[in-house]
Order: sequence, then structure tokens, then C-alpha cells
Amino acid sequence: MPAYPVELCGVSTRFGHAWVHRNIDLAVPAGEVVALVGGSGTGKTTLLRQVVGLLQPAEGEVRLFGEPLAGGSRADQLARRRRLGMLFQQGALFSALNVFANVAFPLREFGIRDEGMLRDLVLLKLAMVELGPEVALRMPAELSGGMVKRVALARALALEPELLLLDEPTAGLDPDRSAGFVRLIRALHKALGLTVILVTHDLDTLAALATRVAVLSEGRILAFGPLDEIMRVPDPFIERFFHGERSQAALARGRELG
Amino acid sequence: MASGGRPLPTLQVEATGAAATVRLAGDWTLRFLGPRLDELQGRLRALGGEAGWDLSGVSRLDSFGAMLLWRHWGRRRPVGLVLPAELEGVFGRLAELGDTRLEARAPYRFFDGTAQVGRAVFGFGRHLLQFVALVGQLCLDLAYLLRYRGHWPLLEISANFYKVGVQAMPVTALVGFLIGVVLSYLSALQLQLFGADVFIVNILGFGIIRELGPVLVAVLVAGRSGSAMTAQIGVMRVTEEIDALTTMGISRYVRLVLPKVVALTLAMPLVTLWGSSMALFGGMVAANLQLGLSFDFFLNALPRAVPAVNLLIGLSKGAVFGLLIALVACHFGLRVRPNTESLSANTTASVVSSITVVILVDAVFAIATRSIGLPR
Repeated sequence: MPAYPVELCGVSTRFGHAWVHRNIDLAVPAGEVVALVGGSGTGKTTLLRQVVGLLQPAEGEVRLFGEPLAGGSRADQLARRRRLGMLFQQGALFSALNVFANVAFPLREFGIRDEGMLRDLVLLKLAMVELGPEVALRMPAELSGGMVKRVALARALALEPELLLLDEPTAGLDPDRSAGFVRLIRALHKALGLTVILVTHDLDTLAALATRVAVLSEGRILAFGPLDEIMRVPDPFIERFFHGERSQAALARGRELG
Repeated sequence: MASGGRPLPTLQVEATGAAATVRLAGDWTLRFLGPRLDELQGRLRALGGEAGWDLSGVSRLDSFGAMLLWRHWGRRRPVGLVLPAELEGVFGRLAELGDTRLEARAPYRFFDGTAQVGRAVFGFGRHLLQFVALVGQLCLDLAYLLRYRGHWPLLEISANFYKVGVQAMPVTALVGFLIGVVLSYLSALQLQLFGADVFIVNILGFGIIRELGPVLVAVLVAGRSGSAMTAQIGVMRVTEEIDALTTMGISRYVRLVLPKVVALTLAMPLVTLWGSSMALFGGMVAANLQLGLSFDFFLNALPRAVPAVNLLIGLSKGAVFGLLIALVACHFGLRVRPNTESLSANTTASVVSSITVVILVDAVFAIATRSIGLPR
């Protein structure tokens, strides 16, 4: 039985005196697409940042691939980090580097020096996110919002991660673009066999992508399971979140996409 | 690195008769290939081109591993390739990619240098034009504000005055004092040789009040406040705050540029006065220790040695330097484009240009006031 790619054991988070999370346990099985949902301010992004080690939980432990996040030597930690890729909400492309250099950056850091190999790999990653070689020499400031996300995804995929974390992957994209981006992530998930954790407000995206949903409310995981099961949980938050008229329409659209 | 139970990538060559078969097994992924890359590439190169390939033992293959093989095969499937069905997808993607290339960068030619000089000249021209436009816009805004007195951004002016004036006092005091000590000490050593000890008052008085004080403070303020102004306006551009102001019908010049310019123009003479006093105090202390001149003597001799008009020149220089530093800082701040590279480049350019402008204008001042306040 292989270890879970991500495991949260009793994670609690505190900002000042306010507890954001209380004793959260969550195990993400390999190959699943898990969506974290919850109202504003329930700490979805905070949880995601704890998984990649940008934030330390006040209590509890985050385990990646069966090992504690901060455990082992420096080299072990680096190797562990290289097994995950993260797509930030605003893309977080290095604005001083062009698209090619942005995608090549993690590969160069990994130690790949062969320029021919680098070029082929970067162009392959760009092709995987449906971008042609003509964008490779542009600067991030010259890209549209959708393209920034695609390039950021290509960069996140550069080191062949086993785990992909997406923070609001479709926020700020128009419906057409966001449908395209969702299709892209689905295709990549299928082709590469990734484990994906995503945070989203967008029910279209949720219904189209997620194989499992974790609902965060009042500092704990309210429910964790496939979407259809979650929908049947009797809870006022889930009622409001999933059963409104707009929500139903969005879910239907997303299912059509998936 | 521990493999965590995963099989490591291996490569075996089996020679059966004339044709060799290369058998690959294990995880051909970046994670495990990375540390063995040189060794494996060396072994791949050592293989002949005729080999048949058997990939049925490969447990995992990512696009890095596939790319490694693909490049070795010369971007096509070799004859006699045994490929499990689940690995077809990876090579399918590579085959689709084909042999795409980046646009090649044009090689450097002789006339490119000339074009670069031309671009620099035009760039400088654009800077001048934009700077003049900024000054013109400020004049128009001033005329508007003279008519509508209620629209003066007094709160912003006061806040900026505090930031560039009051908060600059400790650092100017420290630097001024130390420069005064050094100047006085070095001059005293020379003057002692000629027994001209009392002239230390003239040297320090003229040097600091008329020249060193204003320039020193201007350089400090350009580094401290000029860069902060450029960065602030620049970041506000990056985060679209300036656009938000504009849509509310608020002029960026009235609300952002004017308060900085007014505050620095008013604050600089005062900071100059403060910095010069501190430098004189430092000089006085050093003169007392080195030459035994009493503080009383120094203070009495100072107005006789240095006519009061020199102080006026020093303070006017301070005001002009302040005006220029703020204008240059705002000019570069408004040129920032929404990326970090542009922000850092413009902040650097702002500090370098304002210090250069200060020294240029100081030279102009020296020539224009050469007949005022100097003993004949």
C-alpha cells in the first residue's frame, strides 16, 4: 500500500487569537483530484499553503508522500519539494524572465545544462498547455490572464511532479477560457496520472474536475467524499453552497464539461 | 537519495547475433534519472544506431525520460521498438510536437551599435519631453489650485513633509557630524604646519555652509526619499491604484506628485540647515581637540569669516535640490511599467539621475554666485 501523497494529521491553525482550523485530518489518495471548498475566510488557501510548507501549522503535522514535510536532511526536503508543483492564483511568473526562461528555470535549478534538451523540454511543456513556440520569447507582462495561467501551469509541470496544487485555477478567466483550462487540467491529469488538490469557488470547475470534495466549514472538514455523496449530507452550509438555483445550474454546466 | 521502494532505471544491452537489443527497465522519470543523467547519457551515446529497443520492463516513463530517448532516436521511432500500450501516449505527444524551433535571435551586426546609440539618443529625448510635460502639468495644476483653495492636498503635503524632513534628521545628523569631524581633522593637520590654525573657521564655514552641506544632504535625501518616492508611485502603478484614483476623477499629479514636490522643496532647506549645523558642530569638536580652539572663539569668528549671504545661498540650493529630486523621482515613478524589472530599473535610474542632476545644478550655482559672498 503506497503512502498517501498528502496527509494532514490533526492540523490546527491560529492567526493571532482566532483559530482558523481545528484538528483537521485529511488523507488524499494518489491519483485523485480533491477540491477544497468552503466559504470566504475558512482558510482554504491557508491549508494549501501549509501543504507546500509556506506556512507552519500551529499544531499537527503535514506529511507528503508518507514523510513529514520538514523531516530529513536539506537534500531530502529539496527532493520532496521537487515532487510537487503549485499553480498560484496570479500565476506568480518571474516578471524579469521571459516565458521560456520561466519554464526552464526549475529545470536549470534541477541541474539540466544541455541547452538542446532544455529547449525541447520547455517547448514540450508549452505544447502540453496548448501554447506554441511563438509565445516563448514574450515577457509575462505581455501575456493575457489566461496565458499567464497556462505558462504558470507549464512551469509547475516542468519537474514532472506527482502532486499538483492549484489555487483558484479558473479565477479571473472568462467562462470560455475557464472551460478550456478545466479541460486542459483534466487531460493532463489523465495523461500524467497526477494527484491534484485544488481550491476553488467555481462550482463549474468543481463539478468538472473533482473526483472528491472536502468541505471546510467552521475550522474543520465537514465532509469528504465524491460530489454526489457530499450533496446528500444534511448541513445548512452544504444546503446553501450546493443546492441554490445558481449552484445547481453551475454544477450541471460543469458535469457537462466533465 | 532513497528510492522509496521504486525501481531504479536500468539499461541493458543484449547482443543476439548481429543485432543488439537494448532493454530498459525501472522508473524512467526525472526524479531517478536526474542523479544518473551523465552516466546514462554516456551509455546511450556508446550504443550503435542499429539496436532494437525493448521498453516492456519500464514501470514508469515521464516526458523527461521519453524526451531523453526520443532525442537519442533522432526524433522518430526506431525500427523494432517494443512499446507497452500504456506508454504510447507519451511518445504520441512527442511525435505531435515534431521539430518545432524557437525563433532564432538575429545575429549582432556592425550597424546595430549605431542603432543602439540612436535609440539611446531618442530615449533621452523622450525623457526630456516627459519631464517637461510633468513640470508643465504641475504648473497647470498649481494655477488651478490657486483658484480653488479648498483642493490643496494639505494632509498629503504634511505627511510627506514628516517623512522626508523629520524622519531624515537622525541620519543627516550622524553623517553631517562625522563629515565635519573628518574635514576639520584633516584640514587642521595641514594648517598646523603653517601656523594658520584660526583659518580652520573659514575653511569649515565656507566649505560646509555654502557647498558641502547642501550637496551632502541632497545626496542623502536622493538615496533615501527619492528612491522611496519612485518605488511608491511605481508600486501604485503596478497595483493599478493610480488608475483607481483617475477613475474617481482625482488627478495623480495633484494627489501624488504635487505633495511630494512641495514637501521636499520646503523640507530640504530645513534639513540642509540641520545637516550643516551638525557638520559645523562636528568640525568644532575636532578643532577643539586637535587645535585647542575654544567653542566660544569658533562661534564668534564664524560670522566674521563667512558673510550671512552664504547661508542664504546654501539654503536656496537646498530648496532647488529638493525640487529637482522630487521631480526626477516622480518622473521615474510614473514611467514604471507593471513588472518588477521595470520597478527596480526605474528606482535605480531615479537615484542615479537625481544625484547627477544635483551635482550639475550645483556647478551652475557655483558659477552663477561666484561674485556673491566671497571675500576679495
